[in-house]
Amino acid sequence: MARIIAGVSSSHVPAIGAAIDNHRTGEPYWQRVFEGFERSKEWMRNAKPDVCFVVYNDHASAFSVEMIPTFALGTAAEFPIADEGWGPRPVPVVKGHPRLASHIAQSVILDEFDLTLCNKMEVDHGLTVPLNLMFGSPKEWPCPIIPLAVNVVQFPPPTSNRCFNLGKALKKAIESYPEDLRVVVFGTGGMSHQISGQRAGLINSKFDHAFLDNLTKNPKKLTRLSHLELMREAGAEGVEMVMWLIMRGALDEKVDEVYRFYTVPASNTAVGHIILENRIKGAKKSAAKPAAKSKKPASKMKRAAALQKIHRVRS
Amino acid sequence: MAPAKQKIEKEYDDIPGTYVFDADRSREGYHLNMFCMSLMQAENRKAFKADEAKYLDQFPLTPDQREAILKRQYNRMLELGGNIYFTAKLGATDGHPFQHLAAVMTGSTQQDYADLMLRGGRAVDGNRSRSGKYAKAGSSIVKADKPKSKAKASKGKKRRG
Repeated sequence: MARIIAGVSSSHVPAIGAAIDNHRTGEPYWQRVFEGFERSKEWMRNAKPDVCFVVYNDHASAFSVEMIPTFALGTAAEFPIADEGWGPRPVPVVKGHPRLASHIAQSVILDEFDLTLCNKMEVDHGLTVPLNLMFGSPKEWPCPIIPLAVNVVQFPPPTSNRCFNLGKALKKAIESYPEDLRVVVFGTGGMSHQISGQRAGLINSKFDHAFLDNLTKNPKKLTRLSHLELMREAGAEGVEMVMWLIMRGALDEKVDEVYRFYTVPASNTAVGHIILENRIKGAKKSAAKPAAKSKKPASKMKRAAALQKIHRVRS
Repeated sequence: MAPAKQKIEKEYDDIPGTYVFDADRSREGYHLNMFCMSLMQAENRKAFKADEAKYLDQFPLTPDQREAILKRQYNRMLELGGNIYFTAKLGATDGHPFQHLAAVMTGSTQQDYADLMLRGGRAVDGNRSRSGKYAKAGSSIVKADKPKSKAKASKGKKRRG
């Protein structure tokens, strides 16, 4: 059966993409941001997911004001890179996983989440920047990606609670897929930022840290965040953080936070990033057993030990 | 000017310096945003730059929207139904980095705005509420900062924000 091994959240600031595309990652301003993701890339290399499910938002690229789907699931085999006004980003085309995607669509819709399904959809920086941060800049993305675009552009986006529950339905869907696939779920966007109006430039680090703390330990508390509170405290565009709750809802109740990074600013935004792992079922048992059995538990333990080396970082 | 219609009061209008892009604004700004959307294509950007007024004729904009576009009044565009992700495409067509737009919207210079961000951004304190109703609201997930007796006493209220 397929299973979700971990959840990753990350900001998707377009300027991060521009810094990568224009080879400016070595500049001191950007170094501070990219260094924070070095360990994440290492984690990803070890995690080797078979599929990534990426919750993100479109920025007037695939969807204009003509149609505004609240949840749009990408069921295509390929998702071309959108031209956001400067030509498409020079990143590999995103390959989907249509069979898993249609399984998820069925399961989630029958679970009463009325998704919009997209057999054709371009993806923008909202999706590709987090992929760069976690995978670097490979010639091909190392695994298929299933995009879920969430409307956070036109008010109201789905509520925090709705997003969390959609995550739960997503977990159920993925875990009922018969093929043995290891899946990582991404929640992207945020953290606090406002890029519009006279209040542009708003950052609320205290809120961001509290959000990260609760995301790991007490996500239920975050499901009570109203849009008004999110916009007031974390900026009009900070409301994107509801997408992180889809990721969190898809994970087990108890998770291990294996990495965290936070820095201000990247362009106009507070950059936040977290990696949460589901606990390996039966891992305790195998660890407790005398080291006599097969190779499997030993390699699991090796992995666990390697991950412990990944320290928590805060700035 | 058309007579002012009775407006539904929206609690998020109390957030200062913020134009929440809701369905009303989306409808009002539909053509403005679709104009911006058209700038995603290189040949349209070229045509717009060659003759802005003529290019805008294809879109049934209100005179106010048209003026705001031609004068690059970015807050006014938001007020008239524009959305920042759309108007940013106009800024990009002009060759401006996003922080230029942010500086225009916040009434500062690009350097001053960039410096503000480097110092950690605009503080939320003092920027929560127009009416003062939510001025001290804080967030339900952030523990109150100062354990002064006064703060403790009002903790319950604060949490309900």
